[in-house]
Amino acid sequence: METPLWVPLLQVVVIFTYYLLLTALLIWAERRVVARMQSRLGPNRVGPFGILQTLVDGVKMFFKEDVTPGMVNKLIFNIAPIVGVVAGFLSIAVIPIGGEVTLFGETFTLVVSDLNVGVLWVLAMGSLHVYSTFLAGWASNSPYPLMGGIRSSAQMVSYEIAQGLAVASVFIYTGSLRVSDIVAAQSGSGFVEGVPGWYAIPLFPAFMVFVIGMVAEAGRPPFDLAEAEGELVGGFNTEYSGLRFGMFMLAEFMSVVTMSAIVVTLFLGGPAGPTFGAPDAVAGLIGVFWFTLKTALFIFLFILLRGALPRYRYDRLMNLGWKVLIPVALVWTLVTAGMVLLEQEQGGFGAGLRLTMASAAGVILLWLVATSRTPRDAGDRADHHEVAPAPGDPAAGGDDDVLATHGEDVPRTEEVSP
Amino acid sequence: MSFFEQYGTFAILVVLGCLLYALIMVVSRVMRPSVPSPQKLTTYECGVPAEGTGWTQVNIRYYVFAFLFVIFDVEAIFLFPWAVIVGGLDATTPVSPMFAVVAMFLFIGTLLEGLAYAWKKGVLRWD
Repeated sequence: METPLWVPLLQVVVIFTYYLLLTALLIWAERRVVARMQSRLGPNRVGPFGILQTLVDGVKMFFKEDVTPGMVNKLIFNIAPIVGVVAGFLSIAVIPIGGEVTLFGETFTLVVSDLNVGVLWVLAMGSLHVYSTFLAGWASNSPYPLMGGIRSSAQMVSYEIAQGLAVASVFIYTGSLRVSDIVAAQSGSGFVEGVPGWYAIPLFPAFMVFVIGMVAEAGRPPFDLAEAEGELVGGFNTEYSGLRFGMFMLAEFMSVVTMSAIVVTLFLGGPAGPTFGAPDAVAGLIGVFWFTLKTALFIFLFILLRGALPRYRYDRLMNLGWKVLIPVALVWTLVTAGMVLLEQEQGGFGAGLRLTMASAAGVILLWLVATSRTPRDAGDRADHHEVAPAPGDPAAGGDDDVLATHGEDVPRTEEVSP
Repeated sequence: MSFFEQYGTFAILVVLGCLLYALIMVVSRVMRPSVPSPQKLTTYECGVPAEGTGWTQVNIRYYVFAFLFVIFDVEAIFLFPWAVIVGGLDATTPVSPMFAVVAMFLFIGTLLEGLAYAWKKGVLRWD
């Protein structure tokens, strides 16, 4: 059956709008939640609960002058934001936001394109994003952007490896790079009957590596060293202004949404969830609800991290990436392969044995993480309870102080009311 | 699934993304003010005139990490095809699962050893 052209067109527009909408909501939610964490109100004037604030800010960007400084390499300076935004748009292409929906006699698949190289595509787009950052920093021909660009490229490529290696263990379980296969493989039951078969449970270390890696990939706090305001002004986008600056911001926030969507798809079953016996035609739409819920949870995690944690130091960041995450991801890939092999040799394990093995592996891994941590600085934890009360403190020792001064007959300045 | 079905919708997304960017830029060009001044062409500096060129020295470590990145990224590319097929191997396939797993163990082991060596040599240290 030949599908008319408007079907894929509508499909793409709907999914594109979905992600843009989610990005706009993320920016609003971030400002509200962080404001609440800092005992402020946050934007609350435009629309109910200030929900339209992002829209208004976006419109404001249109009226801002766009300055191109004199020393920049103009061609690359202009290309960099395009690369960032388009790579951000394209990485959502392979992630299904729901199942199939039949409406008006046509079947819509709620994914732009279910490529057979699916996850590889997402990783490739993540790598392209590095180009945007680095080229922006280089083309600006200015110290702060250059340093910000190099810093964040080094950070992104380091965590990209950890992420890629973490994903490899998903491939071992699934045997396919296609995203729909990965979602389908997680639809059954897990170790124990009734627990969903999400890969976050059997592949927990890979999941953790991926989640930490995604925060660093998106360049978000506590790993936002690319734009450490206190040190680098704004990092790679210092020389940008107007809407092109806005495009970098859009790309950054979009990557938060994309990363959340990817981790949900790879490790938390994507749009899978109970359908409440809905007819097949609209059961796919319920998937959208579950997908949005899970993605929103991760977006919330991103926001909480920003509100709660101070910025990481750069050497610690690199240590975490190279000395903890990459070895853990590599070893876990080996363990996963070994488990799959054993399972084949034995013809499947019982539930009890699997659970024991999983917990044993978890304990070993935790031990590895705990022992490979860099030691704390000696001065980091001063004991406060032994500090003597300050002299003149009215609550403790104040009276003694007064007596002493009286005994020595030192003239005192009295508080005299006028 | 035909080639068009796989990549056709994809092309639509690419066109849509580029169109949106172009539209935003064109609309912004029409609406935004333009007040050029020589001050705006200068290199950013915190309130004082910028000194020297736009280039600055960066830590040599970045260079080493770039090398390590290439090694491990290539490793990941080797790892993916293996990871995809290893779960489906059995006695009937030309390569036995044991062979595939042991071969990859050796490969990853070699790289881990390399990482350990770099670690020991202090390459991964920042200061």
